[in-house]
Amino acid sequence: MNRFVNINGWGFVSLSLALILAFAVYPIIQSLWLSTQVGKGVVTEFGGLTNVYRLFRDPLFKTALFNTFIFLLVQVPIMLTLALVLANTLNNPDLKYKNLFRIAIFLPCVTSLVAYSLLFKGMFSQDGVINSFLLNLHLINEPIGWLTDPFWAKITIITAITWRWTGYNMIFYIAALQNVDRSIYEAADLEGANAFQKFTRITVPMLKPVILFTTVISTIGTLQLFDEIMNITNGGPANSTITLSVYIYKLSFQYVPNFGYAATVSYVIVLIVALLSILQFKVAGKDA
Amino acid sequence: MISRTQKNLLPSYALLVVFSLVSVFPFIWLIIGATNANIDILRGSMTFGTELAANWQKLNDLVNLPLVLWNTIKVTMLGTLLTLLVASMAGYGFEIFKSRARERVYQLVLLTLMIPFAALMIPLFKIFATIGLLDTHAAVIIPTIASVFIIFYFRQASKAFPSELREAARVDGMKEWQIFFYIYMPVMKSTYAAAFIIMFMTNWNNYLWPLIVLQSEDTKTITLVISSLASAYSPDYGVVLTGTLVATIPTLIVFLIMQRHFVHGMTGSVK
Repeated sequence: MNRFVNINGWGFVSLSLALILAFAVYPIIQSLWLSTQVGKGVVTEFGGLTNVYRLFRDPLFKTALFNTFIFLLVQVPIMLTLALVLANTLNNPDLKYKNLFRIAIFLPCVTSLVAYSLLFKGMFSQDGVINSFLLNLHLINEPIGWLTDPFWAKITIITAITWRWTGYNMIFYIAALQNVDRSIYEAADLEGANAFQKFTRITVPMLKPVILFTTVISTIGTLQLFDEIMNITNGGPANSTITLSVYIYKLSFQYVPNFGYAATVSYVIVLIVALLSILQFKVAGKDA
Repeated sequence: MISRTQKNLLPSYALLVVFSLVSVFPFIWLIIGATNANIDILRGSMTFGTELAANWQKLNDLVNLPLVLWNTIKVTMLGTLLTLLVASMAGYGFEIFKSRARERVYQLVLLTLMIPFAALMIPLFKIFATIGLLDTHAAVIIPTIASVFIIFYFRQASKAFPSELREAARVDGMKEWQIFFYIYMPVMKSTYAAAFIIMFMTNWNNYLWPLIVLQSEDTKTITLVISSLASAYSPDYGVVLTGTLVATIPTLIVFLIMQRHFVHGMTGSVK
């Protein structure tokens, strides 16, 4: 009987396991081997750590790494804070039209990354609707180079990602808040706690596991930022928005293909994802 | 007459209204833009124009829209249905037939969730080049079938699958695969609905991997097409926005119809 059950167990999972082995496990090992290969195009040879040394002398790699971290460190905290504040606001039982607000704020999530990127590229163009809006309100005197100025291009990308993903994260927080006992808030009301105190002393601590979860997935997502950059700025102006993923793509499929070096850069992302995930779980574990 | 409670909530309403407007505005801009000529869009016009038919015509002159949509639907539906079948079997298998060895394998499977796609794409490209499947829809679909997220999702959901049902079916002499297809699948309808939406969105919107494997115009999907329309030196935004509207409508409809499942599907797995 036990053997029978066992065979069935492997039977049900075998198809998935075969696919994961072929299209995730094998490639990630192959990638490691590739990272030791030097030479462009089809002919490559073993180069040991040559590609790793090259990383340290590659200014474009450093730019891509720097940009990726800027996006990560600025965008993720802004987005998660907004999502928490919105979820907390929507959690009030006296509030009306809750569902309407929730749908509206979640709506950006149904667009594809490419589609919304094209919308932002259009809206933030030199003569686009954002600049004309700001000019009409006399908030600015001349159009802002949202896509053409290195600083503002980063702001545009951050704005775009925040627009797309805030509602997504908010849904996780709303779901988690429904499991928080309302009487905790009522007790806080009786003791005269204000909204800010309730937010920082009740909402945030109660939601810690979900906040950790969303931090990890947002971190992994931002480290892989690709579609938006390709479609809004194509890494420009002057590589001011190029990210690691975009750089890997360009190394492999736009410049003369250098798969070996591209694989090396991709392992940098693997390492950062692993390190940050461990770190985030450690930090959370300590406080818990 | 506004009650006191509602009056106290005014700042909350203000905040929510502002964020709702910001969230919805690009959609309005998209719809208005699709009805305007390029020059008016670039001028920041926010009124409906009369160019929708002209934009639609230009879009159809530039790309073979029926073929592009057929490619997208084919890749999306085949990919989604295969994932639902294969990943739900795995989720079921991991949860119902627990063993120490499989538990370890499951941990490893979950770890692959953290692998960034950038680290997989070059070897994947080489694999599909070797087996001669570049520029085919099979190459787009195959690597996405065993979605670890969906396996995880089905495993979590399977915890709620009543074991009495299984026992009763066994007593009746049903085979394990029959139990899965005739009892588990119908009982877990809403889990399948949620997984369907997640995978439909993912596949419909997929960009990087199709960008790498699909090279000829005949195989391209809608995201690739609108992206290349917009990457021209001076793109015609009337055409780009009409294309973007076409690409967005299906996911918007799926979302609005199955809204409840959607939210449940996204958050259910972490509750």
